[in-house]
Amino acid sequence: MEERETIIGLEIHCQLDTRSKMFCGCSTDFRDDEPNTHTCPVCLGLPGSMPMVNKRAIEFALKVAKALNCAINEESEFSRKNYFYPDLDKAYQITQYDKPLAEWGKLLIDGDNGEREIRITRIHLEEDPGRSVHMGTTDRGKYTLIDYNRAGIPLIEIVTEPDLRSPKEARKFLNKLRATLEYLNVFDSEKEGSLRVDANISLKGSERVEVKNISSYKGVEKALTFEVTRQRNLIRRGQRIARETRHFVEARGVTTSSRSKEEENDYRYFPEPDLLPLRVASWVDAIDLPELPDARRERFVSQYGISSEHAKTLTGGLKLAEFYEAVAPADPALAATWTADYLLGELNYRDFTIEAMPRELFKELITLVKGDAITDKSAVEILRIILDAVKEGKEPERPQAIVDRLGLAKSSGDQVTQMIDEVIVEQPAAVADYYAGKMQALNFLVGQVMKKCRGRADPGHLNILLKEKLDKKV
Amino acid sequence: MVTAEDVRKVAKLADVGIDDSEITEFTRQCSGVLEYFEILDTLDQSKQLIRERYNILREDEVTPSLSQEESLQNAGQTEKGFFKAPRVM
Ligand SMILES: [Zn+2]
Repeated sequence: MEERETIIGLEIHCQLDTRSKMFCGCSTDFRDDEPNTHTCPVCLGLPGSMPMVNKRAIEFALKVAKALNCAINEESEFSRKNYFYPDLDKAYQITQYDKPLAEWGKLLIDGDNGEREIRITRIHLEEDPGRSVHMGTTDRGKYTLIDYNRAGIPLIEIVTEPDLRSPKEARKFLNKLRATLEYLNVFDSEKEGSLRVDANISLKGSERVEVKNISSYKGVEKALTFEVTRQRNLIRRGQRIARETRHFVEARGVTTSSRSKEEENDYRYFPEPDLLPLRVASWVDAIDLPELPDARRERFVSQYGISSEHAKTLTGGLKLAEFYEAVAPADPALAATWTADYLLGELNYRDFTIEAMPRELFKELITLVKGDAITDKSAVEILRIILDAVKEGKEPERPQAIVDRLGLAKSSGDQVTQMIDEVIVEQPAAVADYYAGKMQALNFLVGQVMKKCRGRADPGHLNILLKEKLDKKV
Repeated sequence: MVTAEDVRKVAKLADVGIDDSEITEFTRQCSGVLEYFEILDTLDQSKQLIRERYNILREDEVTPSLSQEESLQNAGQTEKGFFKAPRVM
């Protein structure tokens, strides 16, 4: 049976990294603090309090809109979205409805079949609700605890057209968007819950399902892959796909039906009477955009002479790009290979971000590799020793100190020649096999020399040296 | 024209408990409000609404928040510094 095309659209909520909240002066730096210590009459929704718009939040949102090539509306307006939920203290959320800040943008991604333009429907501003913690085990004993420290944090919601064609493309879009937001310096991706995603997904010709509650950008591909499989299986069994809202349960990697009633989606929007309209379209001309991921990638290729693939990986996050530029002077090509092909894997394995790796130590390591002082294998070992020390909260040793302590210095040419001679004398059977045309005997002999020098030689180079020596003896 | 069904739906959305005995009265009142808006709709709206005030903004500056105690003082129930509410989901 022919597979039906997958159609995905995303709604991304992103916290803007302002100092104060969207409509009041409460600090946004609440993550390490006690619950309900960053609130005031405005963000608690107390009667008589009046919201006032944070100018920087508007500027940040405009920066994003400009970077995503959106048209800024001459006039935009805030509305009230009414619903009842304990984390919404006012029983409405201040958001934008029929007059959003910006519309019709685009973002280029590296799609499944080459570069593709994903259309952005709109970008609007809103406030984050509070945070609820569900307690109690029995049905009768169940209750909710609410912390309003997060209530009123400025958010932008970015809505895409249904242009994405696979869960993988959705992940690529989010990675690109996240990098762009980081480069714009309007968002801190390391803060928990700073980027949240809802996704609309359907198979061509079937009903659309909304998946909510994807709280990490890493969860998106997982949630959508689960949905594609679930929907395909339903169709295969001849069943209909229900138009519904589902929730992603990250711990189990599945989506579950939320059985939401239709009325819950009747939000009775109306213009926010406490706020006046915004007319900020002319502000965008004064915004100087920084170098964005695509431009930086091109510069990395031309300035450092590295491959486009490496450049793409290394510009995938602002801090990663900055790390590379700091270590590149040691040797641009080696620094690119060692960062993209080795370091990222080791970091990922330990759940680390790029900041875990001390730049000076990495530079020193590159210099050792460049000077042919250690083998690649030893370099990886040193990398692991440094990261393990960081993981244990210890001060990591310098690469040279590790080389000295573990005797990892590459064997000198004379030493290697001597060891080759020794092995040829010690292994007459293998040597005879080699002369008899058994090529695996050569690998065995290389292994013996590697053993002698405890891995401190390059196997490829040994192979050549051994072959030369044996062939000369004939 | 507002129907009894409309009133029940709106009451539910607004989480307002309405007794069956009150439905007739609320239906009449809601209809009255809408009829008044119908009168407003007959006004000449060709003249553009003049709104001279816009972009009322504040600088991104942090001001002191309430203490946890102050924040919770009007709450019916609290626990460990949180507001406590019935579970909804
Ligand atoms: Zn506040």
